[in-house]
Amino acid sequence: MLLPGLILVLLFCYGPMAGILIAFQNYIPVKGITGSEWVGLEHFRYVYSLPETMTVFRNTVVIASMKIVGGLFAPLITALLLNEIGKRLFKRSVQTIIYMPHFLSWVIMAGILLDVLSPTTGIVNAFLDWLGITKVFFLGNADWFPYVLVGTDILKEFGFGTIVYLAAITGINPALYEAAVLDGANRWKQTLHITIPGIVPIIVLLLTLGLGNVLNAGFDQVFNLYSPSVYSTGDILDTYVYRIGLGNGQYGVATAVGLFKSVISLVLISVSYLLAYRLANYRIF
Amino acid sequence: MVQHYSWSRKMFVVFNYSILAIVSLICILPLVNVLAISFSSAAAIEGGRVSLWPVEFTTRAYTFVASKKEFLTSMGISVQRVLLGVIVNMTLTILTAYPLSKEAAQLKFRTGYAWVFVFTMLFTGGLIPTYMVIRELGMIDSLWSLVLPGAVPVFNVILMLNFFRNLPKELSESAFIDGAGHWKTLWKIIVPLSMPSIATVMLFTIVGHWNEWFNGLIYMNDPIHYPLASYLQTIVVKMDMTQLNDPTALKFLSELNDRALRAAQIFLGMLPVLCVYPFLQRYFMSGIVLGSVKE
Repeated sequence: MLLPGLILVLLFCYGPMAGILIAFQNYIPVKGITGSEWVGLEHFRYVYSLPETMTVFRNTVVIASMKIVGGLFAPLITALLLNEIGKRLFKRSVQTIIYMPHFLSWVIMAGILLDVLSPTTGIVNAFLDWLGITKVFFLGNADWFPYVLVGTDILKEFGFGTIVYLAAITGINPALYEAAVLDGANRWKQTLHITIPGIVPIIVLLLTLGLGNVLNAGFDQVFNLYSPSVYSTGDILDTYVYRIGLGNGQYGVATAVGLFKSVISLVLISVSYLLAYRLANYRIF
Repeated sequence: MVQHYSWSRKMFVVFNYSILAIVSLICILPLVNVLAISFSSAAAIEGGRVSLWPVEFTTRAYTFVASKKEFLTSMGISVQRVLLGVIVNMTLTILTAYPLSKEAAQLKFRTGYAWVFVFTMLFTGGLIPTYMVIRELGMIDSLWSLVLPGAVPVFNVILMLNFFRNLPKELSESAFIDGAGHWKTLWKIIVPLSMPSIATVMLFTIVGHWNEWFNGLIYMNDPIHYPLASYLQTIVVKMDMTQLNDPTALKFLSELNDRALRAAQIFLGMLPVLCVYPFLQRYFMSGIVLGSVKE
């Protein structure tokens, strides 16, 4: 039964890994992998010498880190607030609405955001104008762009993220709350001394797993929202690989950057899984 | 029981309801705004009079989109892709998850096989080598290039196998005593019992295939083969208006606002997801959590 899956995985996942060889070659498509000239670490040195490489690397880490922190606390706070809601109908409606953006693609989200955040016609700037605040060119201003990326990413994913926390809160033993009530604890004290300590393991788990994503700043999102005017702060490793690889046709260089990213990610993810295993007894399967 | 709330508690409740209501509004208002624009007249949009409700209601944008050949073709491709993708992904997910859910005593090298799959989640060849493999296999411009590279969704396999493991072992043992083989046990016992988790994974797969735009963009040389998501990426996000050259369309466009047109396409692009989503929501709480949180 494993055979079909195994074959496809070998072909489409392990096959490309052989193609990594072109990171060490002066790859020319017509000559193929076997016929192209061998250049060793040349591409890596070249990429290292480019001034934009450091910028791209820094952007990636900065954006990804902000997303990891924001993506941890926004759902946590929302889940704690949702947990205090007594009216079932209200709770369900809020949940339904905030989960939804997760299921829309970044193409759709970008389409909406491009319209809504537009400096001339967008409703957000119309609102800012009405409040008497100067309009902001959210997607075209390099200073704003990383924050827009983080903000819109949180907006899209925080609702779905609450599911894990809500499940963890549900898993807390109700007897603890009963005991606390007898001891005279109010809701705030209960949250502080029972709910939050109760979900600390899951927070630790998600944070350690998040570490593995420090180089994944979100290709889909950045690719659909960025423009040349925000490359200085918004260009990330994945979009960079795409542009120099498929855009400029520098296959060897692009593969080298991609390989660099994959290797560092592999190390980070392995470390984070190991930490998660040690700290939270988390196993993948 | 009558509960007496303190003044600060009441304040908190009011604050809590308002915050959550505001947060929900922030999630939904951009969609409402875009929907309102898609149903408004060109004059109202240009005058900046549309916010959350259509002004001078018209369905002109939708009539125009519905008459566009490219839009309909790409939608057809997306539907084919979802059908083919769901069949391929679900079959392979179940077939792969079942043997891996067994103990090492029943399947030799179980952990070894599992790592072969898990490793692909941790390390990939990258964009360029993957593209070259697809090209070497002659799958450029074919629907298969959108389905086969991701044919084994390892994350879903792990969800499924964890779910299979939580089913009582006695069930499959008794099936074996009654003379059923692995094949029969899987389809007659395990799969029917796993419906909540299968439904979750299936609906994720549907949404995933419908939304996926990037491989359409790179594996299709000819835009005529774009699935809807890739088509929308070029039309809505990159605003490539070159396809609007024929004179009848231009005449029509003069009475039509570009923003309304884009808004209509965005809305049509997300409509299927909005339709499946309520069904999805019923299952996914139990489906995901059962599969992922372990004792």
